[in-house]
Amino acid sequence: MNIDLAIDLALLGLLVATAIGVARTGDLFAAVMLTGIYGLLSASFFVVMDAVDVAFTEAAVGAGIAPLLMFTTLAMTGRYQQNPKFISAASLAVVAAMGVLLIYASLDMPAFGSPDAPAHLYVAPRYLTQSMAEIGIPNAVTSVLASYRGFDTLGEVVVIFTAGIGVIAILYSKRIEGQPERPASMHQHRVLRIVGKILIPPILIFALYVQFHGEYGPGGGFQAGVIFAAALILYSMLFGVKTAKKVINYAAVRLLAAFGVLLYGATGVLSLFAGQNFLDYDALAEDPVAGQHAGILFIELGVGITVASVMLLLYFAFADRQRLEGDD
Amino acid sequence: METVASLFNYWVVIVLMTIALYIIVAQHNLIKKVIGLNIFQTSIFIFYISVGNLEGGTAPILKEGIDDYSNPLPHVLILTAIVVGIATTALALALIVRIREDYGTIEENEISERDRT
Repeated sequence: MNIDLAIDLALLGLLVATAIGVARTGDLFAAVMLTGIYGLLSASFFVVMDAVDVAFTEAAVGAGIAPLLMFTTLAMTGRYQQNPKFISAASLAVVAAMGVLLIYASLDMPAFGSPDAPAHLYVAPRYLTQSMAEIGIPNAVTSVLASYRGFDTLGEVVVIFTAGIGVIAILYSKRIEGQPERPASMHQHRVLRIVGKILIPPILIFALYVQFHGEYGPGGGFQAGVIFAAALILYSMLFGVKTAKKVINYAAVRLLAAFGVLLYGATGVLSLFAGQNFLDYDALAEDPVAGQHAGILFIELGVGITVASVMLLLYFAFADRQRLEGDD
Repeated sequence: METVASLFNYWVVIVLMTIALYIIVAQHNLIKKVIGLNIFQTSIFIFYISVGNLEGGTAPILKEGIDDYSNPLPHVLILTAIVVGIATTALALALIVRIREDYGTIEENEISERDRT
């Protein structure tokens, strides 16, 4: 039994324990804390599985932003659920039957990590052997994300942008403007405030590093966007949304969210005008590989800007909505 | 024992999925349901990443002298799915906030009761 397998088993065991904990607790605050732990555990698992880019994203989202938005929601909806001990025998039977059937089906799966598994046979070897010559960057994940499957990624960015618009449309109300600002949720904790102040600038610089080094090491627009936003959200939690909005121009953030998508789309249109297919960056420069580099740089920047702005807008939308609490 | 080691990851995914589905179906609290959806979603992520893993492989950052890499395609799909997932989770939470404001509760059975009366 090698050490990798042991870590794998331990992490997966902890994941199951955390999930059971979430199912059993009636205290939603604890359940959200457990989802944060769950996110961190799955990020560690992704590192063990050599999926470093995914681990980055999951650590920032699963252990950072997701629990944060849930806490903000809890502050408006109440901490305890009713009938936490309620057990539905029918649902239990149905999901157990599903589990048994899936385990039966899993017996036909190729063995874990096997080189002959269908997943490793068709398109993956091409990405790994040809991308260095075609795209010219070491991180194969970035090559696939930004170039080979660039159209798919454009769709994802549009989904994120649309969800951001949706949340603002649902939560924004004219009445919010007239309400007094709420004090910052963590401002009274001196240790948090000082440690936060020290931590925020390095986090921002690290996000920029992840953004612009994403072609050579793990990283890219999605990871950089969430890390950047996490730092700014931390700032608004420590010093209040009002102070944060003095530092970050709210109207500009809204514009930037759209600008990122536009930058991505415009790069595609540019290659269209240069006589190639949509998002085929070969056309962007004399040398196809240089064109690929330029294209990837632009669209990753677009992704980073949109993701960071939307995450920030989401947090502001929830934090502002809290100001309405208590007047109705 | 051979089978157990080679399929263990998939079984854990199935167990996580089952727990999450139970939370979504059986529990009445809407926030709990969203948390369940999150766990379900992450179990799919674990499944994809496990499928993409290669015995003896390394992270797909190309380097001279290394031939075996994990499959980069699942990594791409999942890393975008994570960020899309948080955006849609936020949308669900926003709806829950509004439901709470209009119904005064986020328990599913109480909401449908109020709709009936």
